[in-house]
Amino acid sequence: MAMNYNSKDEVDGGPPCAPGGTAKSRRPDNTAFKQQRLPAWQPILTAGTVLPTFFIIGLIFIPIGIGIFVTSNNIREIEIDYTGTEPSSPCNKCLSPDVTPCFCTINFTLEKSFEGNVFMYYGLSNFYQNHRRYVKSRDDSQLNGDSSALLNPSKECEPYRRNEDKPIAPCGAIANSMFNDTLELFLIGNDSSPTPITLKKKGIAWWTDKNVKFRNPPGGETLEERFKGTTKPVNWLNPVYMLDSDPDNNGFINEDFIVWMRTAALPTFRKLYRLIERKSDLHPTLPAGRYYLNITYNYPVHSFDGRKRMILSTISWMGGKNPFLGIAYIAIGSISFLLGVVLLVINHKYRNSSNTADITI
Amino acid sequence: MDCSLVRTLVHRYCAGEENWVDSRTIYVGHREPPPGTEAYIPQRYPDNRIVSAKYTFWNFIPKNLFEQFRRIANFYFLIIFLVQLIIDTPTSPVTSGLPLFFVITVTAIKQGYEDWLRHKADNAMNQCPVHFIQHGKLVRKQSRKLRVGDIVMVKENEIFPCDLIFLSSSRGDGTCHVTTASLDGESSHKTHYAVQDTKGFHTEEEIDGLHATVECEQPQPDLYKFVGRINVYNDLNDPVVRPLGSENLLLRGATLKNTEKIFGVAIYTGMETKMALNYQSKSQKRSAVEKSMNVFLIVYLCILISKALINTVLKYVWQSEPFRDEPWYNQKTEAERQRNLFLRAFTDFLAFMVLFNYIIPVSMYVTVEMQKFLGSYFITWDEDMFDEDTGEGPLVNTSDLNEELGQVEYVFTDKTGTLTENNMEFKECCIEGHVYVPHVVCNGQVLPDSSGIDMIDSSPGVSSREREELFFRALCLCHTVQVKDDDDVDGPRMSPGSGKSCVYISSSPDEVALVEGVQRLGFTYLRLKDSYMEILNRDSGIERFELLEILSFDSVRRRMSVIVKSATGEIYLFCKGADSSIFPRVIEGKVDQIRSRVERNAVEGLRTLCVAYKRLIPEEYEGICKLLQATKVALQDREKKLAEAYEQIEKDLILLGATAVEDRLQEKAADTIEALQKAGIKVWVLTGDKMETAAATCYACKLFRRSTQLLELTTKKIEEQSLHDVLFELSKTVLRCSGSLARDNFSGLSADMQDYGLIIDGAALSLIMKPREDGSSSNYRELFLDICRNCSAVLCCRMAPLQKAQIVKLIKLSKEHPITLAIGDGANDVSMILEAHVGIGVIGKEGRQAARNSDYAIPKFKHLKKMLLVHGHFYYIRISELVQYFFYKNVCFIFPQFLYQFFCGFSQQTLYDTAYLTLYNISFTSLPILLYSLMEQHVSIDTLKRDPSLYRDIAKNALLRWRVFIYWTFLGLFDALVFFFGAYFMFENTTVTNNGQIMTTSTHMIFGNWTFGMLVFTVMVFTVTLKLALDTHYWTWINHFVIWGSLLFYIVFSLLWGGIIWPFLNYQRMYYVFIQMLSSGPAWLAVVLLVTVGLLPDVLKKVLCRQLWPTATERVQSPCPTAARRGPHPQEVAFTFWNSEEYATLPPTLGPAQGPLGSSLSRGCPGSGPEMPV
Repeated sequence: MAMNYNSKDEVDGGPPCAPGGTAKSRRPDNTAFKQQRLPAWQPILTAGTVLPTFFIIGLIFIPIGIGIFVTSNNIREIEIDYTGTEPSSPCNKCLSPDVTPCFCTINFTLEKSFEGNVFMYYGLSNFYQNHRRYVKSRDDSQLNGDSSALLNPSKECEPYRRNEDKPIAPCGAIANSMFNDTLELFLIGNDSSPTPITLKKKGIAWWTDKNVKFRNPPGGETLEERFKGTTKPVNWLNPVYMLDSDPDNNGFINEDFIVWMRTAALPTFRKLYRLIERKSDLHPTLPAGRYYLNITYNYPVHSFDGRKRMILSTISWMGGKNPFLGIAYIAIGSISFLLGVVLLVINHKYRNSSNTADITI
Repeated sequence: MDCSLVRTLVHRYCAGEENWVDSRTIYVGHREPPPGTEAYIPQRYPDNRIVSAKYTFWNFIPKNLFEQFRRIANFYFLIIFLVQLIIDTPTSPVTSGLPLFFVITVTAIKQGYEDWLRHKADNAMNQCPVHFIQHGKLVRKQSRKLRVGDIVMVKENEIFPCDLIFLSSSRGDGTCHVTTASLDGESSHKTHYAVQDTKGFHTEEEIDGLHATVECEQPQPDLYKFVGRINVYNDLNDPVVRPLGSENLLLRGATLKNTEKIFGVAIYTGMETKMALNYQSKSQKRSAVEKSMNVFLIVYLCILISKALINTVLKYVWQSEPFRDEPWYNQKTEAERQRNLFLRAFTDFLAFMVLFNYIIPVSMYVTVEMQKFLGSYFITWDEDMFDEDTGEGPLVNTSDLNEELGQVEYVFTDKTGTLTENNMEFKECCIEGHVYVPHVVCNGQVLPDSSGIDMIDSSPGVSSREREELFFRALCLCHTVQVKDDDDVDGPRMSPGSGKSCVYISSSPDEVALVEGVQRLGFTYLRLKDSYMEILNRDSGIERFELLEILSFDSVRRRMSVIVKSATGEIYLFCKGADSSIFPRVIEGKVDQIRSRVERNAVEGLRTLCVAYKRLIPEEYEGICKLLQATKVALQDREKKLAEAYEQIEKDLILLGATAVEDRLQEKAADTIEALQKAGIKVWVLTGDKMETAAATCYACKLFRRSTQLLELTTKKIEEQSLHDVLFELSKTVLRCSGSLARDNFSGLSADMQDYGLIIDGAALSLIMKPREDGSSSNYRELFLDICRNCSAVLCCRMAPLQKAQIVKLIKLSKEHPITLAIGDGANDVSMILEAHVGIGVIGKEGRQAARNSDYAIPKFKHLKKMLLVHGHFYYIRISELVQYFFYKNVCFIFPQFLYQFFCGFSQQTLYDTAYLTLYNISFTSLPILLYSLMEQHVSIDTLKRDPSLYRDIAKNALLRWRVFIYWTFLGLFDALVFFFGAYFMFENTTVTNNGQIMTTSTHMIFGNWTFGMLVFTVMVFTVTLKLALDTHYWTWINHFVIWGSLLFYIVFSLLWGGIIWPFLNYQRMYYVFIQMLSSGPAWLAVVLLVTVGLLPDVLKKVLCRQLWPTATERVQSPCPTAARRGPHPQEVAFTFWNSEEYATLPPTLGPAQGPLGSSLSRGCPGSGPEMPV
């Protein structure tokens, strides 16, 4: 890459047959660009120009921060750990792998009612969904309904590529380890038997994922036929075409599956499980009161020190509960305001001192 | 570097040649010599094909690849690429393969294109028709078929097809004129002489009958050296042996002029011609910036390796618990499990290396190369550096050193032709103490009164009248001036002769001035014809002298002589040379008067030459003749023998007189030197001239001032005292002064400090440089350097070319390793130009050799000011920002990746998608910095020119010091932490989520790891680009376009990349990730917040530094608030301005230590008037 002019000069020294080349003027063009005199805006960052910026940042950020903070604080959220490692926990019995299926129930109380749409999440910790071996262990072509990939999944899926000489559909570690606890929520009314809360299964995945990225393989009348020649992932109880009874939520386009397939960024994460839709404006979606959570405990996390949680949360215009953003905005706004003040002082002091310095020199 | 020589050698040995011989024997016209002569070893010679192309069609790819991967950086990236291919790494090989492929391809295409051009040029050259003689007939053939020994005919204005021995010409006197413009750029006509015994052969038949052999040395690249001899076999048995020198050699590439045709025999063909041997490129110079860049690279390489090591170790510590290494949900394959632990650890280490390798980006090299290459055009385009008179603009011979122009600490300048115009004018002559001044010349016309001489002294007597005429004759005869007798008017100067115009051409302007001067005094040199020199004397009579010998000038002897025979048969030797080389050889004459006159003239800045003569009796001449003949025939050590012979001949002279020629200062030389000194650059003048002349020039160009105390370290002084004493005394004087200087500076009374100038001559220098027996030579050198350091100006006179280089080397290798610049215009400056860090050639009168060997060539010395103060300054700040910024943005880029490893189980999971990894350096952040590094002007051009002291702000590689580098690195680390943990906290407690109002109703979705990376990446691209925007001080529309354009491009690309299911990819992980992120409110808020936080510290640092510790540059940049406020207090203003005047005249030895607060005041206020852009 040594770009020097040598070679060019040699070439220029070139035409030997034509003696005495025409002496053209080497005078350079007088263009603004070539003379480096293009008109330009020449901003200088001085205390004078920056000071107002600091104050403006302060003035804008602090209100935004307060707004976010208040909004975030208004969000109702409850988190229930049902791992069952504590002996007192009702799910403690489910820790031993022998009990299958294992059911446990956890009671909890909502102090305040949850208004608007409520979201139900499951949360896992110490679960490395972002491990490289795990992240790449999937075949997007297979999930997109490519029939050749269905029967011959990508090598990335190893060691969850084939089982008993049949290709696994969906292949890979992610799919294989899909979360399979079932959570049900009941409101214990004051009087009668507990009322189950309607949990909506659909609308929890990205629209594009469900409609574009994930597709069931073509052909066949029934879903089962379409998946012919494949076998279920080792850890699954049912094959992929039996994930749900609703044909629009079955197979690869099952939303629980799609949500699981979007690997989390951090080892502690939560994933959307169900929606609880607001029924009417008059009644809160989840009124304050006692509830219990029915868990079909299938998913083992004890072996890797993991924890399982169920989270109920309302949302605001800016998403779920997140105090960080609000606090950060307030902090940065204040710092910036403070810096503005400091700069103002320095600017003022410096001017005075510089005057005297000039004269003594 | 000597690749063609090596090639020749290889060729030779491959051809089965056992013994490599020092000389070659050529049978002219392929005729075998008569039997009985010595048997020569037949040698094979290459044909006349010129191959300047490096590659052939077939070997292009392998050879070019080999060449490219020899560069250490390319090799590093190749290794990374191979590692990615071989082992299972987190990023696809595309990420490093694609940029590498891009770089390699672009370079290959560029080199291929250049090579294609070369092939074309080669072909054109090789197929040129050439006339040669075969069997007495003229045959036309292609040039490449020419063989050594062929007899070639060349017509006027044709270029010689190979190196020829000049046999005969159509001119009767056996001479021809040649221009070597394409060889060394000298457009003057040079005369070459045919071999005496063959110059009679004028027709093809005759020349075909020639029976001769030529013996000559093997080809060597020196254009001006050639030794050989020719044996001409007549019918007699004894061959005639004649010496051959460079005057008999016609070089390929030169053009025949003024001669109808010539015959010559080819002796060097093809790649062995001197022109081809001179194709070799000069040694590569590396700039200080490049050196610091390499150091930084090593630092980053260490960081890279330590990061990889840390992560590998942590990975295995973390994995020691089996449930972490292999939890049930994430099993390994069988093959993975069985792999050896150490092998696994090693592959993991490599994988981490690959993951973090972007910290040393390929694109930095490309960008730096592009910046240098494109940036150097600004020099050639600069109109201010274009010289109207000569029609020459600046030339850039290498773009590697642009930024070095901003780092110069020492300027070594030649005097003649560089500081002075080399436009000589004969001022006066002094004959035996009588001074003659020729008439003032007005517009090339002698004023009409005809006496011709103004006698200042009383009129001379009869004998002195004779002496006087002898003196004028001596001046008329003792030279190598040619008369250009055709009516071409493009000649360099018309002599103001009486009606008849003759143009004198010479390689030395002094000689032309002398001959012209003598013409005005009545003696006109007419021409050289058939070895007779004709002179028109005062009485308009023509005198003819037979020219017997010329003892040509060389810079070691510093004199030349001619031996002529007058019409009356007397033989004279006239000798002309520098006083120091003439006086010791004089035995008679009014030495003292002349010496005093010479010294007086020298002090006035005139160039003096002494003229002496001696009368030879025929026997003496015979002896001389034999001596010269013997030495000239010698094949080995001819130079040395000649020098000895000359020494022997030129002695016992009689002094006639002295001449004085004025060499005017170049325009604005003083201004330029003053500016350079204000910029903190030490200017040394190195000249071959005598001390007094040189000192006078130094005074004239303000290198020395009246207040300067001169210290002399000359031969004369050393003769009085020992070198040791002189040195110690000087150092005591100087150091005492500098000690008191420090004190004075402290107490603020520095105005009256002494400023020293040192004068040293060549002899004294060689004494200092000479290693002593006990090996303690360094002692003197150190002492000498100490003295030099404390002198504001140094003048080295009486320097031989090599000594100039020696001085440069001495300073270059002294312990501060200052950056040196050498500027000169003549061949004698080439060695120092090559030696210095930056070599600048002045495209001057003494030919183009200096310009050809330099790194940059400028038409005039005054252009050095803009070259250094403006271009150098700009290039330096541009490239240093470029380098620092590149490292910064890659720290920002890679450090989050490193942090992410702690959260993904050290599994080498990438944070960003492959496309973003690849394109970050190639397209998202590449153009803004490239444009910045081409366009940035932190201060306007005019300010830089007006205020040279700004140059001190960047001295000593100021912007690439460790402190600055560490600041940038920490800024990068800080930003990386902000990006990563900002995103981390956003994600940790759930909920950068999308409430999806836009997409569907009231859904609320979760983001995965790719969105996390996307958020970090988006914040990063914006921060890094805006950081550059904050650093940009010069926003042209191009900057706006590129900066906002690249942000826009990033967004458009991301929309596109995530908007489509890409059929050729086997993963779709980025599908809709960016768009989903954009539809989330908190993500927007986070981006704004994190970008602000990322930029805040840098803005704060900038503002605080500017406010509290402003550099001179920053003071000039900002509108001066003090001056503005002082408006209503005129007294104060006056006081300040007076103060600043003081500063302006202060000598530069104050050094940069005087602090920014001090002197910068004077720069800031007056310069920043209302016209300053704010």
